[in-house]
Amino acid sequence: MVTNEIGRKIPEEIKGIGKLKPYIGAFKTVPVGNRMAPNIACKKRGETKIINSLKKAVKKAGIRDGMTISFHHHLRNGDYVVAMVLDLLADLGIKNLTIAPTALFPVHKSIIKHIENGVVSSIQGSVNGPIGEISSRGVFDIPVVLRSHGGRARAIEAGDIKIDIAFIAAPSADNYGNLNGIDGPSACGSLGYTMTDAMYADKVIAITDHLVDFPLSPISIPQIYVDYVVKVDKIGDPKGIMSGTLEITKNPLRLIIAQRVVQAIEASGLLQDGFSLQAGAGGTSLAVTKFVGEKMEKRGIKGSFGSGGITGYFVKMLKKNLFNTLFDVQSFDLEAVQSLKINPNHLEMSASFYANPHNKGCLVNNLDTVILGATQIDSDFNVNVNTESDGLLLHGIGGHMDTAAGAKLTIIATPLLRGRMPIVVDKVITVTTPGETVDVLVTERGIAVNPARKDLIEKFRKAKLPIKNIRDLRNEACDLTGIPEEPQLADKIIGLVEYRDGTIIDVIRGVK
Amino acid sequence: MKDQIKIGQAGTLESSDVLVFVRFSPLQKGIKIELESPSEKCFGKIIIRKIEETLNLLGIKNIYIKAQDRGALDCTISARVETAVKRAQKSIGGKEE
Amino acid sequence: MKKRLRRTALYIPGNDPSMIQNAGIFGSDSIVLDLEDAVSVDEKDSARLLVRNALKNINYGDTEVIVRINSLFTPFGKEDLEVIGRVHPDGIRLPKAESAQDIQEVDSFLSRIENEEGFEENSIKIMPSIESAIGLFNVFEIVRASNRVAVINFGAEDYTSDIGAERTKEGKELFDIRTRILLAARVVGIEVQDSVFAHAHDIEGLIRETKFIKQLGFDGKSVIHPAQIEPVHQVFTPTQEEINRAKRIILAIEEAKKRKSGVISLDGRMIDAPVVAKAHRILKYAQAAGVL
Repeated sequence: MVTNEIGRKIPEEIKGIGKLKPYIGAFKTVPVGNRMAPNIACKKRGETKIINSLKKAVKKAGIRDGMTISFHHHLRNGDYVVAMVLDLLADLGIKNLTIAPTALFPVHKSIIKHIENGVVSSIQGSVNGPIGEISSRGVFDIPVVLRSHGGRARAIEAGDIKIDIAFIAAPSADNYGNLNGIDGPSACGSLGYTMTDAMYADKVIAITDHLVDFPLSPISIPQIYVDYVVKVDKIGDPKGIMSGTLEITKNPLRLIIAQRVVQAIEASGLLQDGFSLQAGAGGTSLAVTKFVGEKMEKRGIKGSFGSGGITGYFVKMLKKNLFNTLFDVQSFDLEAVQSLKINPNHLEMSASFYANPHNKGCLVNNLDTVILGATQIDSDFNVNVNTESDGLLLHGIGGHMDTAAGAKLTIIATPLLRGRMPIVVDKVITVTTPGETVDVLVTERGIAVNPARKDLIEKFRKAKLPIKNIRDLRNEACDLTGIPEEPQLADKIIGLVEYRDGTIIDVIRGVK
Repeated sequence: MKDQIKIGQAGTLESSDVLVFVRFSPLQKGIKIELESPSEKCFGKIIIRKIEETLNLLGIKNIYIKAQDRGALDCTISARVETAVKRAQKSIGGKEE
Repeated sequence: MKKRLRRTALYIPGNDPSMIQNAGIFGSDSIVLDLEDAVSVDEKDSARLLVRNALKNINYGDTEVIVRINSLFTPFGKEDLEVIGRVHPDGIRLPKAESAQDIQEVDSFLSRIENEEGFEENSIKIMPSIESAIGLFNVFEIVRASNRVAVINFGAEDYTSDIGAERTKEGKELFDIRTRILLAARVVGIEVQDSVFAHAHDIEGLIRETKFIKQLGFDGKSVIHPAQIEPVHQVFTPTQEEINRAKRIILAIEEAKKRKSGVISLDGRMIDAPVVAKAHRILKYAQAAGVL
């Protein structure tokens, strides 16, 4: 075991994974080597790509035991494709697959049987909910490797993970493998997360329920990367893919938090012409987006871009010219899909463009402010988004560590308590995002600023914001709740948290 | 009359509350607490202690309590326990089983 | 006793643990933990203990903590007083106050409890609420009935129902009760708060009503939703112009004192004690709103 820069003990090597590189700081790693490309391919004139069954397609793609296959999560909780593929591969008697999803959702709990039966023997990238829970209970021999959106793209491009077959659920496809996500009954908007897979996987199978005449336009995934196209009845359930109109929170506590976040952004001085913002789709984030938009309108501010998961609130701001551009890696609602389709300033971006630290400059480097959540945050401002207070691994990383590293102002917005659990702890169970990239914590009971940001502390004091020491917030929480017991974790390492640069920032132990 | 079963309930299953059900019964020896809580691992011991402390202050030595917690703070737990106990004590008992 | 602002009093349902534990963070000057209208008859016992425990264990910081007990005409009122008095709320809001006798009864209750518990004498305030014709008729004796009476309120729904008036959003039917309780309050030198604006999402309407009652002379308003707090505070926040003028007035008085001069005037107007008092009040509100 070695102790990494953030104080966590990391094994030097793990069987089935290889040697591990310990985390050395958020901006210290210098990449070496080349990008790892897939085999050179060749498709002759007249060769069709349309395969009339998924079974034939996977056989043509050369499916074998032990391969690594990948999926994207743009169909969110309405996805049918992951289960469809794994059910089929299980029927074919395939075993020991590594799956590399960009994220998993509750709908994917149907694949648990394939994990228990050895069809899937390891996961690289992300877990969620029930699959995270069985990981915590030790179902896998090899630890799950968790990566952020940027880190996953980096790992694929660098060859750290080699994808044998990428399965791309495509809301719209033509017969030669041009794909997009903006049309069709299962429209999902941006296909940003799957672009790296398309370019670097050895074989790419597109699965669609909406086949159109050649050529498809616009093209998100071009034909030159796609081997086969399979048409099925349904790739997903629109109700699970798309949220209806997402609404801002009505909870008075969360509204206070949102208002404080906006005050913090204003006090930081960043809310000027050229401002850029990323906020998620949760009720509090939407409220922040809405309030920031109102402030910008009032003060006549013209922002540069909004980014990340795009919602109707961002689209409204684009329409009102409060931003020049939206960069969309995931479209959360129908408004976002429609805007992506018709507005030339609403741009689709790949995960690599968005957040890969090992290219010539990803978008998070241009970001002014990001609003993020947390399951825990500690007195060093390290943030945990993966494990809950009882140690269960329940969430993937998403773009958390990427945006935190890139943004000028990283704000964690959360209630001080979740149920009876204080969010502020002495030491987080799992470090996902290192404190050196986290600037501000905003809760309903006060704002804590990372001591390294003396400039912000000064600005917030001038603006008379309710600043508190993060340890005082912890004490305030524990005064209300009592001091929680530390969870009893097993010795077995069931997960690795890989930082966006390929080093290991923390390990996740199983629950007893 | 005093040998009958008496039951009482207080609280709700709303967030930050706890639903407490208590039963006095002539066959009940000692205090039996059944706790269902999302924060069992981190606060389970503290919650049980609080329930016991509340019962102690009320002078209750023999009782069955079922608590379905939804993230309630100590002051809420003890208020609901006290209310359930007092409601049970006031109630007209059921037939002996 | 610390002189506090009472621009907003937020009602908190007494049987809602989530609202009770968060009551202090919404920024109101006072909170009113409600055992009366917000709690159904079969939950009165439960709410009472919840509120008692909250008062004992939760630190509400600088927020004034008031409990609205049930009227002493109900089976619950006396038990409320007995239990809640012992955990020393800042004040008791007494609904349906009708006569000096009602106040005196609560006063004796509280005196006995303060004595038994070793609390400072008269430290628990009484906030009577006028909710009936007879209550309004007796308002002058009600406000004078005890030294504990610190604030007077009224209940618009109950009152208009009692006098047979039509309850409207505009509130013209409340003109008489507003001016009369205001008068009574000022005669004895206590504060007066307006009734709630029940339409929680109509912020424009809330601001209109608050501007009106501020003009009449009210010190503050009861609110039913955290979203109403900031708009009410803003109405009670002096403008920069008012602040500047207030500063000049106080400066002028200070100068005059130094010069030992008699009559003081500023901008051609006389400055006497009430004007100075108002200037101080303005600066106090400005400070509370953080604009000073």
